[in-house]
Amino acid sequence: MRVNVRLFARLRDIAGTGELTREAPSGATVGAVWAGLVAEYPDLSPYEKSISCAINADYSRFTVAVADGDEVAFLPPVSGG
Amino acid sequence: MVPLTAITPTPLDPQALVRALDTTGIGAVTTFIGLVRDHNLGRRVLHLEYEAYEALAVRGLDVIVTEAAAQWPTVRLAIHHRIGRMEIGEASVAIAAAAPHRGDAFAAARYAIERIKQIVPIWKHEYFEGGDVWIEGATADLDNTEARDQALRIACA
Repeated sequence: MRVNVRLFARLRDIAGTGELTREAPSGATVGAVWAGLVAEYPDLSPYEKSISCAINADYSRFTVAVADGDEVAFLPPVSGG
Repeated sequence: MVPLTAITPTPLDPQALVRALDTTGIGAVTTFIGLVRDHNLGRRVLHLEYEAYEALAVRGLDVIVTEAAAQWPTVRLAIHHRIGRMEIGEASVAIAAAAPHRGDAFAAARYAIERIKQIVPIWKHEYFEGGDVWIEGATADLDNTEARDQALRIACA
């Protein structure tokens, strides 16, 4: 299946793009999608402990399974206000 | 019709937020306006660029409105956050809180700005004299009840 990945702020800078499409095995979790990205962009790895995630523009968790066509977003620590 | 929560690239209008609130039975309205400051951590700030995951950011603002309504049932809140490039002194965030009495209005507005900094997917890119840096604050985690309790404590101090 394919998932659409969204990256923001510094994560976007590291990957060089804010939107990617990646293959993931059926039943893959958000965490597995992240691990695939880290393999591709090792500079993302320091964010492992500080990021959060969303599926289809709703807050999610790394243990949640993604579905074909989902939009999976990775969020570095936020700094609004 | 001004929405109660919004992420917008256009300059903020705090008075429009106040007008958007239903003031039936209301005795107090407080507004909070966050401005782009000319210094940060000893750096001379030149300007800021804000980025958001807009769809989720609006949802985050709605979560804050819902949380505040549970805590202060008579309070009405409006929250707008601007994105894009902003110069020193421009408003990046505006909050209006209306309540029958001033205490709840002040508390809810304070709670809202503390929670924005905790859970809403918005990021500041700071351009300062000598460089630029993404500001990274809190891990956006709705399950972090400790963070939420902390925001509540600050709001009610």
